[in-house]
Amino acid sequence: MARKIRVLVAKPGLDGHDRGAKVVANALRDAGMEVIYTGLHQTPEMIAESAVQEDVDVVGLSILSGAHMTMFPRIMELLKQKGADHIRIIGGGIVPEEDVKRLESLGVAKVFGPGTDTRDIVEFIAKTFAHAS
Amino acid sequence: MEKETNAEFAKARERWERDFHGEPVQDIDFTTVSGEQVSPLYTGADLAGFEYLRDLGFPGEYPYTRGVYPTMYRGRFWTMRQFSGFGTARDTNRRYHYLLDHGQTGLSVAFDMPTIMGYDSDHPRAEGEVGRCGVAIDSLRDMETLFDGIDLAKITTSMTINAPASILLAFYLCTGEKRGERFDEMGGTIQNDILKEYIAQKSWIFPPEPSMRIITDIMAFCSEHVPRWNTISISGYHIREAGSTAVQELAFTLADGFAYVEAGIAAGLDVDVFAPRLSFFFNAHLDFFEEIAKYRAARRIWAKRMKEKYGAKDPRSLLCRFHTQTAGCSLTAQQPENNIVRTAFQGLSAVLGGTQSLHTNSMDETLALPSEKAVRIALRTQQVIAHETGVINTIDPLAGSYFIEAKTRELEEKAEEYFKRIDELGGVVKAIEMGFFQREIGRSAYEYQKAVEREWKIVVGVNRFQLEDEKIEIPLLKIDPQVEIEQRGAVRKVRADRDNDKAARELERMKRAAQGSDNLMPVILDCARCYCTEGEIIATLKEIFGEYQEPPIF
Repeated sequence: MARKIRVLVAKPGLDGHDRGAKVVANALRDAGMEVIYTGLHQTPEMIAESAVQEDVDVVGLSILSGAHMTMFPRIMELLKQKGADHIRIIGGGIVPEEDVKRLESLGVAKVFGPGTDTRDIVEFIAKTFAHAS
Repeated sequence: MEKETNAEFAKARERWERDFHGEPVQDIDFTTVSGEQVSPLYTGADLAGFEYLRDLGFPGEYPYTRGVYPTMYRGRFWTMRQFSGFGTARDTNRRYHYLLDHGQTGLSVAFDMPTIMGYDSDHPRAEGEVGRCGVAIDSLRDMETLFDGIDLAKITTSMTINAPASILLAFYLCTGEKRGERFDEMGGTIQNDILKEYIAQKSWIFPPEPSMRIITDIMAFCSEHVPRWNTISISGYHIREAGSTAVQELAFTLADGFAYVEAGIAAGLDVDVFAPRLSFFFNAHLDFFEEIAKYRAARRIWAKRMKEKYGAKDPRSLLCRFHTQTAGCSLTAQQPENNIVRTAFQGLSAVLGGTQSLHTNSMDETLALPSEKAVRIALRTQQVIAHETGVINTIDPLAGSYFIEAKTRELEEKAEEYFKRIDELGGVVKAIEMGFFQREIGRSAYEYQKAVEREWKIVVGVNRFQLEDEKIEIPLLKIDPQVEIEQRGAVRKVRADRDNDKAARELERMKRAAQGSDNLMPVILDCARCYCTEGEIIATLKEIFGEYQEPPIF
C-alpha cells in the first residue's frame, strides 16, 4: 500500500494561538494524511528533532506572533544540519506579504495567509509531495 | 397582546404560517454565526412565562439584565480603550500619547510574547519575539518609560497579562509609587485570568494549583491596598477567538468566574470583599442580535448565581461589568478596508449590549500590528457610535424585543446546561485537565471552517465577492529588528546598574514566601522596587511551582 503523506504540524515560539494549527491538522487528517501535532511553545530544535524522528514529508509551521523571520530559517537550517533538508516547510499565520516573498525565496515551499481554504492546503501538499506516497 | 384573544392570535399566526410556507425562501443558511437555529419570526408566544421584574428589572437593579448602572450612557460613555503595544516602552509610550491626544479615555497594554511567558528580552527563548506583538517590559525601568508623562492617578490602565500578572501589577504600582502616588489612587485592570489560558489562549507558566494561589493572593492584597483595581478580567474573548460558539464563550467564561469566586471563598476571603473587583471581557462577534443577547444573559446569570449560590450581599458583587473587544477572528486579510464595516457593527452590538469599555479592532490586524491611521479610524468608529448614531439616548433599547428576549433566555438556558456538564466533570480545573473545553472549542472552530468552505457561511471577500489579483494597499506597521538588540542591551544595563546583593536577597525572600503560604504580593513588590527583572522573578517561582504542560490534542 502506498505510504500516506506524513505532516508535522508545529507551533514554534511562544505564541499560543492554536486555532489555525488545529483546524489545518484536522483538515489534513480528514484528507487522509498522517498528521502529528507538536503542541505548543516549541523551540526550533524541538521541531527539527520531531520532524526527523517522525520521518515526515513536510512540516507545517503556524505562527501568529511575528517571529516568523527568526523561526522559519532557523528550522530549515537545523533540518539541513541533520541531513534532513528533503523535509520541506510550509507555513501559515500573520505574515506580511513582503515577508512571505522573503521566506519563499529562502526555500519555504509556501506560506498560506488568513482566509485560506483548507482544501487549497490539502491540494498543495498532495501535489507537491506526491512522490512521497 | 392584551387586546387579542388567544384564538385570534392563533388564527392570525396560522394565516401567516400558511403565507410564509406558500412562498419560496432563499436557499441560504439562516443560522447564527454560532450555528444556532433562528426562527423566521418571534412573537409574544416565544416569551411564555416572561415576567418583567423577575427577568429584566430596571437598569442598575437585580438581575441587571438591562444594565449594571441606573444611568448607563446618560451618566457616562463606555471607556474607549484601544489595546496597544509594540516595540520598546518608548515606542509604545509615543502611541499612548497619540491615542490620548485623539480622545481615547483609558489605556490598555499589549505585551510581547516573552513578557507574557515570563522571559526577559535577552533569554534565548525570546529570540525573534521581542517587541513583535506587544511591548517588551523586563523591569520596573521599562514600566517607568511606558507611562512617562501620563498621570497614573488620573487614567485607568488595563494590562493584558495573565501568568505573570502579579509582577506587571507590581511594576505598575511601583511606577506610581516612585512619583508619589498612593496605591489606593491608582485604578486599572489586570487580566489575570489563568483558567482561560489553559482553555484557549495557551499562555500559561505554572500549573493550575499555584496559579490559583497567586490569583487569590492578588485578590486579597488588592482588596486591602489597591481598592480601585480590577483583579481579574474574566475573559471570554480568547475562548471565542479560539473558535468557540457564543454559548460556549458565555458558559465557559462564567464558569471560570464561578471557579475564581469559589477559590476566593476557599482561601478564606469574604465574597463581598473581592467580588466587586471582578470584571469580565467579552468578544463582539458578527452575529448582531446573538451578541446583544449574550451580554444581557451574562449579566443575569452572574447576578443570580452570585446572590443565590455564593450568598453575595453587596450589590457590587452582583454586577457583571465588562470590557468588549470586536472579533479579531472575523476580520479578513482580503479587502481589509471591509474590516472597518465589520468592526462598526460589532462595536454597535457591544454598546447596545451595555458594555463598560470597548476596543475596536483596526482594519489591518490580520496583516500586522495596527498602523497609526488604522487605529485612529477604529477609535473614530467608537466616537461615531457614541456621538452620531443616537443609540446612547435610551438604556437597553432592544429590551422587550420578542427575538432579543427569547434569545437572551435561550443563551441562559444553554449556558446552564454547560455548567451542569462542567460540574459533572468535577469543576473547571478538572475539565481543563481532561481537555474538555479544548476539544469543545476545537470542534466548533473546525465546524465553522467547514461551513465557510462549503459556502454555508459567507465571508465577504473570502468565499464570495473576491477581487481578482488583489493587492493590499494599506501601509503596515513594521517592527525594526533593532528593537530586540536595543532591549537586550537595556535589560543587561538594568542588571548592571542595580544593587545586585539586594536583588538576590529579595528574590530569596520571595522564594521562601512561595514555599510557604504568605501572600506573595508584598515580596514581589519588594523585588520590583530593587529592579529584579520579570524573568528572574518567574524563574525563581518556577523552581517552587514547576511548569504546566498540555497534552497535544487536536
